[in-house]
Amino acid sequence: MSTDVQEPPPGAADDPDEVASEVALAPPDVIADSLGEYVKIWLSRIRNGDSGALPVIAGLVVIVIYFQARSSLFLSAGNLVNLIGQAAWIVMLGMAEVFVLLLGEIDLSIGYTAAVGGTFTLWLLLPPHPAPWPLAVLVGLAVPAIFSGLEGVIVTRLRLPSFVVTLAGQLLAFGLLLEVMATASPNGGGSIRLYNNVLTDIYAGSLSPLASWIVMAVAVVLVGALFLVRDGSRRRSNLTAPPLSVTVLKIAAIAVAGVVVVLIGNTNRGAGLTVVEGVPWVVPVVVVVIVAWSLLLGRTRFGRYVYAIGGNAEASRRAGINLNRIRVLAFTLCGLTAGIMGIIFASYLGSVSTGVQGGQNVLLGVAAGVIGGVSLFGGRGKMVGAVLGGFIVAVIYNGLELLGLGAAPQNIWTAVVLLAAVTVDTLARRRSTAA
Amino acid sequence: MTTPSADDARPATAGRASAPGPEPSAPQQPDAPTPSTPEPENPAEVATQAPATTASNGDQPLLRLVDIGKSFGPVRVLTRITLDIPVGQVTAVVGDNGAGKSTLIKTISGIYTQDEGQILWQGRQVHLHSPKDASDLGIATVYQDLALADNLDIVANMFLGHEVVKHFQLDEISMEKTARQTLADLSVVTVRSVRQPVGSLSGGQLQAVAVARAVMRQAKLVILDEPTAALGVTQTRVVLDLIKRLKSQNIAVIVISHNLTDVQSVADRIAVLRLGRLVAVGPTAQYDAESIVDLMTTGTSKRLADVPAEPSGSSSEH
Repeated sequence: MSTDVQEPPPGAADDPDEVASEVALAPPDVIADSLGEYVKIWLSRIRNGDSGALPVIAGLVVIVIYFQARSSLFLSAGNLVNLIGQAAWIVMLGMAEVFVLLLGEIDLSIGYTAAVGGTFTLWLLLPPHPAPWPLAVLVGLAVPAIFSGLEGVIVTRLRLPSFVVTLAGQLLAFGLLLEVMATASPNGGGSIRLYNNVLTDIYAGSLSPLASWIVMAVAVVLVGALFLVRDGSRRRSNLTAPPLSVTVLKIAAIAVAGVVVVLIGNTNRGAGLTVVEGVPWVVPVVVVVIVAWSLLLGRTRFGRYVYAIGGNAEASRRAGINLNRIRVLAFTLCGLTAGIMGIIFASYLGSVSTGVQGGQNVLLGVAAGVIGGVSLFGGRGKMVGAVLGGFIVAVIYNGLELLGLGAAPQNIWTAVVLLAAVTVDTLARRRSTAA
Repeated sequence: MTTPSADDARPATAGRASAPGPEPSAPQQPDAPTPSTPEPENPAEVATQAPATTASNGDQPLLRLVDIGKSFGPVRVLTRITLDIPVGQVTAVVGDNGAGKSTLIKTISGIYTQDEGQILWQGRQVHLHSPKDASDLGIATVYQDLALADNLDIVANMFLGHEVVKHFQLDEISMEKTARQTLADLSVVTVRSVRQPVGSLSGGQLQAVAVARAVMRQAKLVILDEPTAALGVTQTRVVLDLIKRLKSQNIAVIVISHNLTDVQSVADRIAVLRLGRLVAVGPTAQYDAESIVDLMTTGTSKRLADVPAEPSGSSSEH
């Protein structure tokens, strides 16, 4: 093979099995030097159950084709914008869970804490004396962040399982929701309305079609430049970088996705004489969070420690990492992200209600992460996985709804997909520990 | 970290005093401790102890243990261990289960603090109260479990807890270069890429990564706990070559091992522990496998009587 980075001398101690398992487990980015080889290595990795995002995307495409075949409305602009709306809050909950799943923990409380945060925000925005909306948003983010942070403190200080602590947290948060709602909206019948145009516009408002194109183009150019500059500086430093063809393909895929989203958004989805077009604000909001959290996990010391603790907590401790601090911070970020979801959800529904399915929503978030390849055992997975997983869950719900099927098949099919994802995760883990 | 003390000269004196040879008597200085075996039973055994405390004046050993004692409650685990660890040599510590090998290396690496005796680092007395004290001095311990995170790549593992950060971001390029250089210096050539997760590495490669991590942090003394215990023949050779490479870089190495074949192929000196006492120390050539087993199990070896005793410990001086 011609891919050796350090040119082992002939006869170096390497039995063939060992080389094969290395090829199977190393990311193709680092050992392939041509597109063909990249694909080959990548395929062997899929067989080992550690495959990255593409199989998830493939699954998503299959499901989309199926629904389009069953209902021509599925890929209509109106429905796709609707789908993006449904996916956004599931994706956001999924990203929240990624922080704790990577540690091998879980946070079951965020479905309700997000609603508590949303209630606070909407309460502050009530007429006749609404607070400035940024302040209201800040409070709505801080409440779930602090709540989850305290759960993290209990989990780390008392060494209790996060499953139980956050299950208690879920009950407590539901109680808090009822309590806060009774105070905030005594005559609202258990719900509080959103009275702020800025927040309403997250879902209801759109960028103008021209602005949609410009924002998308700028974003794609920035991401592409980032990839190319990074590869370039690696090559200049004599380090291996992914083959140019692979990087170009990645950038092209992102550009295509961007163009598709803008095309969908810019198609008039209004009924009759009203014109509704442009990409809804929720899309850039979610994209900004994805990018920020991906950078945080992938490029900072904190992110590295999250993965390290999820992979081997004892090794991390011996390396001098303050485990408790990282864990509490991860729980706090989980809560913060849930707070963003709470506000998006309030914008989606135009209100927050005590009838929110906080227990089920959080499980959809966990499902989104796991379907997207985030391991329940910690240490493996990426933010973008939660995005893809969230879309799969949303497509299943949206598609079955479009086919006029009710809650029963929605839940059943989500269960099937989730089970499949957990099976893949567990088998991959078993194989890697057996190796 | 290092606390020079008024006692500095004493152990050196004691060392010289006990150095000359085969006579079974304790050193004569009033303040000098008796050698590690208080009741020597045969001359050969005492002869083997001699090199433990030999060092000429200008040539301090990197690490010197003087009369180290350690008890856990009523259980005495280490008794008067006196041992030199010279630079650029591999010292193997062997002994049966419960002989005190683990306690000894944990004392050196700062996990335990000794109850009695002194630790001298480059001639100066030091107090190791935590693993950090030891690693600040340049003592790196590679435990049997290696403490690597399978899901992280080689670079991330080597820099874990010591990442290079530039503009609030991990400086992957500089870390990767350093990691590659360190591995290359150790002649670790079998890994395909420093960006592969360590979960994909073989046992010998894992050991190499763990050692390279220690070396990268400027370790002067590397302690390896059973480095070949779980390895096959080929992988064992990789690790033994690695140990020789460390030695050639003038790093002192302590190897804890049960595998006498490995010990004999790589160690310059052997220290045999039995029931918390040092029963023999000397150049590897002086012992064969059976005599080591005898020493490990009974504390003495008849076979050693046949081996010409080392003349006055001078052989290990230079």
